[in-house]
Amino acid sequence: MVFEQREFDDAEQLERYKTLTYELRCLVCQNQNLADSDADLAADLRREVYRMIREGKSNEDVVDFMVARYGDFVLYRPPLKAKTVALWTAPFVLGIGGVILLLVQLRRRPAAPMATSLSDEEQTRLDALLGKNDS
Amino acid sequence: MIPELGHFALITALTVAIVQGIVPLLGAWRGTPEWTAMAVPATRAQFALVLLAYLCLTWAFVSRDFSVAYVAQNANADLPLFYRISAVWGAHEGSILLWTLILAGWTLAVSIASGSLPEAFRARVLSVMGLVSCGFLLFILMTSNPFERLLPAPPDGRDLNPLLQDPGMIIHPPMLYMGYVGLAVPFAFAVAALMGGRLDAAWTRWTRPWTTVAWVFLTAGIALGSWWAYNELGWGGWWFWDPVENASFMPWLVATALMHSLAVSEQRGAFKAWTVLLAIFGFSLSLLGTFLVRSGVLVSVHAFATDPERGVFILAFLALVVGGALALYAWRANAISGGGSFRLLSRETLLLINNVLLVVACATVLLGTMYPLIVDALGLGKISVGPPYFDAVFTPLMLPLVFVLGIGPMTRWKGDSAGRLVRLLRIAFIVSVVLALVIVMVTGGFSALLLAALAMALWTIATTVQGLVIRVGSKPSLGQGLRALPRSFVGMSLAHIGVGIFIIGVAATNAFSTERDVRLGPGDSEELAGYRFEFVGVGDVEGPNYSARRADIRVFRGDQPVAVLHPEKRLYPIQAQPMTEAAVDAGFTRDLYVALGEPLDDGSWAVRLYYKPLIRWIWLGPTLMALGGLLAASDRRYRRRAPAPRTAPHEPEPGDPVAATP
Amino acid sequence: MSRYLLPLGIFIALVLLLGVALRLNPRLVPSPLVGKPVPEFSLELLRAPAQTLSRGDLTGKVSLLNAWATWCVECRREHPLLVDIAKAGKVPVYGLNYKDQRPDALEWLRRLGDPYVASGFDADGRVGIDLGVYGLPETFLVDADGMIVHKHIGPIDRQIWETEFVPIIERLQGGSG
Repeated sequence: MVFEQREFDDAEQLERYKTLTYELRCLVCQNQNLADSDADLAADLRREVYRMIREGKSNEDVVDFMVARYGDFVLYRPPLKAKTVALWTAPFVLGIGGVILLLVQLRRRPAAPMATSLSDEEQTRLDALLGKNDS
Repeated sequence: MIPELGHFALITALTVAIVQGIVPLLGAWRGTPEWTAMAVPATRAQFALVLLAYLCLTWAFVSRDFSVAYVAQNANADLPLFYRISAVWGAHEGSILLWTLILAGWTLAVSIASGSLPEAFRARVLSVMGLVSCGFLLFILMTSNPFERLLPAPPDGRDLNPLLQDPGMIIHPPMLYMGYVGLAVPFAFAVAALMGGRLDAAWTRWTRPWTTVAWVFLTAGIALGSWWAYNELGWGGWWFWDPVENASFMPWLVATALMHSLAVSEQRGAFKAWTVLLAIFGFSLSLLGTFLVRSGVLVSVHAFATDPERGVFILAFLALVVGGALALYAWRANAISGGGSFRLLSRETLLLINNVLLVVACATVLLGTMYPLIVDALGLGKISVGPPYFDAVFTPLMLPLVFVLGIGPMTRWKGDSAGRLVRLLRIAFIVSVVLALVIVMVTGGFSALLLAALAMALWTIATTVQGLVIRVGSKPSLGQGLRALPRSFVGMSLAHIGVGIFIIGVAATNAFSTERDVRLGPGDSEELAGYRFEFVGVGDVEGPNYSARRADIRVFRGDQPVAVLHPEKRLYPIQAQPMTEAAVDAGFTRDLYVALGEPLDDGSWAVRLYYKPLIRWIWLGPTLMALGGLLAASDRRYRRRAPAPRTAPHEPEPGDPVAATP
Repeated sequence: MSRYLLPLGIFIALVLLLGVALRLNPRLVPSPLVGKPVPEFSLELLRAPAQTLSRGDLTGKVSLLNAWATWCVECRREHPLLVDIAKAGKVPVYGLNYKDQRPDALEWLRRLGDPYVASGFDADGRVGIDLGVYGLPETFLVDADGMIVHKHIGPIDRQIWETEFVPIIERLQGGSG
């Protein structure tokens, strides 16, 4: 890894530099971000990020700069666009939908009878004795 | 001579594997016992032959035979013996041979440990594994022969990739392959069950320990890879959501789901078709992982040297094996489905919620990994999907899972009441949340995510401990209570505690790590997180196949010396690639981590210092999980030799009381 | 039966995707600058530091801008073709000497021939970044208005020249009469 000595005005700028170099991709590497890469181009791009932060540009400005030159490929956080909507929404749709679907399916099955006249604590102890709490 | 012997052994092994794959299957189908009886001897012969081939390749490395192309590409004369042996699996051809050897080994193990299985079923299992072996042997012989000669032989070889010259890197691939390949066992069991059209409680009882052991290896392999990356790559990270990392994580998620689904099927006879499907998915993901790593469709630091011809072969193989299994599933799943019924609030349901969340998590990782391909294939351009995406979507899926994890083991089979559960668990819940709040406030790490993660981790640990206490307390004395604990229960508890520990490690490291880039010359020092790092100087050292600049850094806390660290910048001349060897002072509660950057003009160096609290817990957690898994797999009920069944074991009917496990 | 077919269906889709993916190159990053004007830039000439190469030099006619360096092995391979293209005289070739050493570059051109009307000397790679250069050699086809109409990443050979560049050049030059 290569890391340069960088001077910043404050901790916030340093944090922004770290975040940006973490989320920007090195184009010539085998799947590395700018922060970890040894490549010359990565060092040049880190230099650009540093320059822009010192010039007072915002994070969006830096991202726009990179995307204008290299396209969305350079972003490890895929931007929300028509072609990435499926990507960003699928996990939640599948997760919530999956659990709901499961519960709906299970409700349709015939229920097993459950009769008990023991207290909760007694029932738990009985279960333990019978080994019913085995995994 | 020896390499040719190895090559010949592989060709013979392929012939045997073809017999192993076809004859017993036909025998089981037609009811010809002489044919089914070929399964075991064929398995043994195939293993012996593949082992022979593997040993020949190892010999070529050990004896520095550079006339073998693969040896010349991955080892040189100065490479220490230890690394010459491990270089066998350092690149594509050798590692795929190791894969094949491990597959033959698992098949052998199944053949030895399966005396109580019905003949036809056992023959089918060994045959299916034999067919998979055929595929791999064919792949090796047609596209990836490690015994290719390089003539005239060069006087010296290239070096083994310096990144691989490390003990952690040596065990990681074999562990991982043991896990990947181990999933072929439940896969074969599932396919055999589909072929036979029957799946009973005995099937789940046989399948479960094999699945658990494969899962243990996979857990260990992944944790080792993460631990190695942290120690070796110099940037203090431990997971990057790289496609090849994801390729190992996906089978792990499914294997975890499978283990839990087998619990439902074993205890309650329910959801067997789903279990079979998961078993197919698990190994399918192993094969998919093989494809992703070796075909070149994805860019990764881990990827082996690629070749489109190889990619086509693996894809065809994948399509055949998995497509065949899924087609069989579509056709026959009806015959094996059905099973016990249970109420909505029951352990079965919670285990199934566990399954849904794990499978969705796996699907998410798969989607994220494949998405750039999808977008490109549709002609929509190039995008990247990296850690910011995965981190953002993965945690929200995992937190509900961990919440359910706390409730599940305490919930009764068949049906339970919400009231009882609330009464049972409310103290643990309150304690977890309050403790998490206290920690957040004391440490000043105000973030909702940190709070949620800590609360869930503590919740897992608290409920697991509570479960243990109740179980032990149900016996008259402590001693009796402890002795009466079944291994499977202790194993489960240990593994669940491991999950909690892992989450705490991740949360603490993410929230409270600090790092600093400084310029240090001899005599300079820097403060970080209450520690003082003194830069004494830099010297030159020589290793067996490298030269290095080595820094001497003393760490103090106040006046107390804490550690002496020696980060290095190594140069391996044959590869001309400078490598950063970070120096770590490891501790149970924190790591101090120092990496050397570039030398600066005035004799000082760029140095990066890290303070990483609780980072070792990230690997302690999986260690506990793996230990738990081993304990569970060695439970008495799996080691008991069941009398060879003349009839199928009795299946629990909906009205039966659930039998106590002795 | 139908829901049991679902996993197989999803798997088939996955296999088809992977089959298509085997033909793609995951390392190739097409440029978003195609279809946009050449960005403003100004570079010292390689041969004459007092003079400059800038965007204006690329307007008024169809031209090629080729990013090259002496340390780039692939550039060496395509160089003879560039010399031929320059000799043919249909399209002027401008050079962007990217992160190189001036003496090495001049010597290289002396030995192998100089196809470039002029080469800009981009010592620190800033202009390369503005052009989205990431892997040499890269060749831009610029029209008379200074718009980038095509970009090829990697060395150009006869076939690529004939199939990718010539049709566009003929269209652009034919149109302008």
